Amino acid sequence: MKFKFKDRDRADKLVQLINRQVPDRRIKIVHVCGTHEVSITENGLRSLLPDRIDIREGPGCPVCVTPTSDLDAALQLAERGAIVAAFGDMMNVPGTAKSLSELKSEGADVRLVYSVSEAVKIAAGTDKQVVFLSVGFETTTPMTAAVLEDHPPENFSILPSNKLIPPAMESLLELPDNDIDGFIAPGHVSTIIGVQPYEKLADKYDIPIVVGGFEPLDILYSLGLILNQLSISDPKAENGYTRAVDHEGNSKSKKLIKDVFKETDTTWRGIGTIPNSGLTLNRDYEKWNARERFEVEPRQAEETSPNCLCPQVITARATPEECKLFKDKCTPESPHGPCMVGEEAMCNIWYRYGGRPKL
Amino acid sequence: MNNSESEEETVQLTHGAGGRAMGELIENHVLKTFTNKTAGEIGLDQLDDGATIDLPAEGTLVLTTDSHVVNPLFFPGGDIGKLAVCGTVNDLAVMGADPVALTSSLVMEEGFPISKLNRVLTSMEESSTESGVPIVTGDTKVLEKGDMDGIAINTAGIGLAKEPINDAGMNPGDKIILTGKIGDHGMAIMQYREGLSFRTELKSDIAPLNELLKRARKSGNITAMKDPTRGGVAAALNEMAEKSDLGLTIQEELVPIKEAVSGIAELIGISPYEVANEGKAIITAAKESAREVVEGLKSHPLGRDARIIGEVNQEWTGKVIMETEIGGRRFLEAPLGDPVPRIC
Amino acid sequence: MCLAIPGEVLNVDEDRATVDVGGVEQEVRLDTLSEDVVEGDYLLVHTGFAIQKLSPEEAQETLSLFDELIETNKQLEEEREV
Repeated sequence: MKFKFKDRDRADKLVQLINRQVPDRRIKIVHVCGTHEVSITENGLRSLLPDRIDIREGPGCPVCVTPTSDLDAALQLAERGAIVAAFGDMMNVPGTAKSLSELKSEGADVRLVYSVSEAVKIAAGTDKQVVFLSVGFETTTPMTAAVLEDHPPENFSILPSNKLIPPAMESLLELPDNDIDGFIAPGHVSTIIGVQPYEKLADKYDIPIVVGGFEPLDILYSLGLILNQLSISDPKAENGYTRAVDHEGNSKSKKLIKDVFKETDTTWRGIGTIPNSGLTLNRDYEKWNARERFEVEPRQAEETSPNCLCPQVITARATPEECKLFKDKCTPESPHGPCMVGEEAMCNIWYRYGGRPKL
Repeated sequence: MNNSESEEETVQLTHGAGGRAMGELIENHVLKTFTNKTAGEIGLDQLDDGATIDLPAEGTLVLTTDSHVVNPLFFPGGDIGKLAVCGTVNDLAVMGADPVALTSSLVMEEGFPISKLNRVLTSMEESSTESGVPIVTGDTKVLEKGDMDGIAINTAGIGLAKEPINDAGMNPGDKIILTGKIGDHGMAIMQYREGLSFRTELKSDIAPLNELLKRARKSGNITAMKDPTRGGVAAALNEMAEKSDLGLTIQEELVPIKEAVSGIAELIGISPYEVANEGKAIITAAKESAREVVEGLKSHPLGRDARIIGEVNQEWTGKVIMETEIGGRRFLEAPLGDPVPRIC
Repeated sequence: MCLAIPGEVLNVDEDRATVDVGGVEQEVRLDTLSEDVVEGDYLLVHTGFAIQKLSPEEAQETLSLFDELIETNKQLEEEREV
C-alpha cells in the first residue's frame, strides 16, 4: 500500500540516529494524540528507544478528556427519550452513574456512528429528536460544522464538547517545572490548523514542537527532529508530516469551524478548566445546541476531580502512586483522569504492571 | 397439509408445541433437508427420545456444546446454520478429536419466516456433509414474538480422540502455527454493524476444520490447539499463555492477513488480532516436527496459508509478546470486551 | 487523537467521492476540502470526510526526508569524530 512507512532498515537507521543524538540525561517528550499512542504501542517503539527517552501521552483523546458532565448531559437526553448518536470511542466512557452502552442495554436509544453524517441520516428517517454527542478536536469539528451549514433536519441537534489542542499544550507548558523537552504535535489536528499555532508556543516557551505523522517511521523521524533541535539548541515548530500538513492548514475546514463555532472556556477531565480551550456553537447556529433546546441541567462545578494528579503524571512530575485516587478510587473501569484511560496511559500501565515493563 | 415454500409462511407457536404441527415442521423441513442423520441404529429419522451412537474406535470421548447466535443471521460466506455446525465440529477438532455426531436444537421466534429456516437448515446440511459429521438428534422450541430475535441454535457434539489435545499442553521451544489468514469473519460481519457504512467483498472464513486438523495431527507432534473465535487471535494466544504459564512470542511480519482485513482495521481502528475467526486454528508443535505439521496443513485447501508465526518460551510467562515489523517488542493484550470502532 | 487514513478515489459525485482502502470502499464527503478532487487522487479520510489531498510523489518525498535526516546526521557525527 502507498503511504505505508514501516521498513525495518530505515527504522534501524533512525533508531541509531536517535541513540547518537540523545543527550546524557532523561528526555521527556509529550505527545497529545490517541492515534500517536496507538502507533507507538502497536509498533513497540518504546522498546527500540534508549531508556533515557520517556514518551508520555498528554491529554489528547476525547475519551480521556471529555468531562463527566458532558457525558451526563448525553445520558440525560437519552433517558428523556431522544436518540443519542455517538462515536464508538465514547460508548464505554463512564458518566457519573453509567456509560452510554450501559444505558443502551437498559433500552435507551443510543446509536454508534462512524461519522456525524450518519447521525444526520438517522434524524432524516425519524420524527424523534436526534442528538449527536459532538466530541473531538480540530480534526473532527469541521465535519460537525459542515453538516450544520448543510441545513440538517429540524429534529437534529448537537451536544458541543469540542476542544482545541494548542491551549491544552500551553496549559502543560504553564505548569511550573514542567520539564517537558519537546512535543510531538498531532498530525491530523495539524492537517486542519497548520503549523502556525505551534510557532507561537515554541517561541514563547522555547520548546521543540514537531508535527508528527502516524506511521512508525514518521514518529521516529519526529523524535529525530526534536533531538536535532535540542542538540543545536534551536527549539522551534517544525513540520515532520509534510505529506499531510501544509503550513497554513486546511483553509476550508478552518473556515467551517470559524463560521459555526466560537471559543469558550471548557473543562478537561482530570485537568480542570482551561481558558478558551473549547468550542461551542456561535449565535448563528445556537438553535442546533441540544443544551439550549432541551434545557439540559447546567454543568456541575465539582467536575475537576481535585485530587487527580494527571497533569503532574503526564509531565512526569509525579508517579501514579503519589496520587491519592490511584487504585482505590481511580481504576481502568472507573477512571478519574486521562492517565487511566487506554492501555498505554501511564496510570493504566502502573495499575497493571506496577511500572512500565522493559521488553 | 403440505407446508409449501411460500415467502409468507412463518413459524407459529404451535410449531413448538409438540403436536401435529411440530411433527410436520420437523418432517417436512428438518428431516427432508438433512441427509446425514445416523451414527448408530437409532438416528434423527426415528424421532425417538435420543440417538444411539456406535463408537467407531477405541479412545476418549470428547463432548462439547455451543449455543449460536449471530447478527446478521446471513452474512457473506455463511449463516447461523453453517456457524452452528462448524463451530461445534471445530471445538471437537481442536481437542484432537474426530467428530462422531452432533445434536441440533432450534429455538425460534414466532413469526420467523419458514423460507429463512429452510436456508439455515440447508446450510447445516451442507456443513454436515462437508465435515462428514451426522446430526443425529434434535429439538425444536418456539418463543412468543418479541421474546427473542429470530433464531438461536444449540449444537452439542461428541468426538473421539486417541489422545486429546488441550489448549495449554505446549512446552518451551515449541513452534506456534497459524492455519491461515486472520480476522476474516469478524471484519466481514463488521460491515453490518450499526453506524458503519463501508463496503467490502470480504467473506467469513467459516469452515469445518476436522479434516484439516486430522492431517495436522498425523503430520507431527502437536502439543496444543485452540480456535481463535470470539476475541480473536489475541484472546486465544493470551489464554494459552495464561493456562500454560509459559510465554508466547510471535513475529508480526509472519502473521498472514488479507489486504481487505487490514483496510477495514485501519478504517475503523479495530485490530485484526481482536476479531473472530471461524475457520482457523492456532497450533503448537514440537520444534522438530513443526515443519511437517505446516506441510500437512498445506496439503489441505483450508491450510494453504498455514505458517509458523512464533514460538513458546519462558520469558514473560503468562504473556504474549509481539515482535513488530520494524523490530520493536510489545505485549499483545487480550481485548477487554467486544471491540468498538474508534475515530481516534 | 484523530484516526485518518489514505484512500484512492474511485469516483466523484459532486461533493461526495468513493474511496478505496485496500479493497474496501468508503463514501467520503468532500465539503471539508478546498481543492477539487478527481478519480485517481488520494485523500486522507477522517470520519467519512476528506481532510487533505495526498499525492503519491509526496510519499516518495517522505522517504527522501527520512534519508536526508539520517545522512546529514551521519555526516555531522563523522565531522565531530574527526
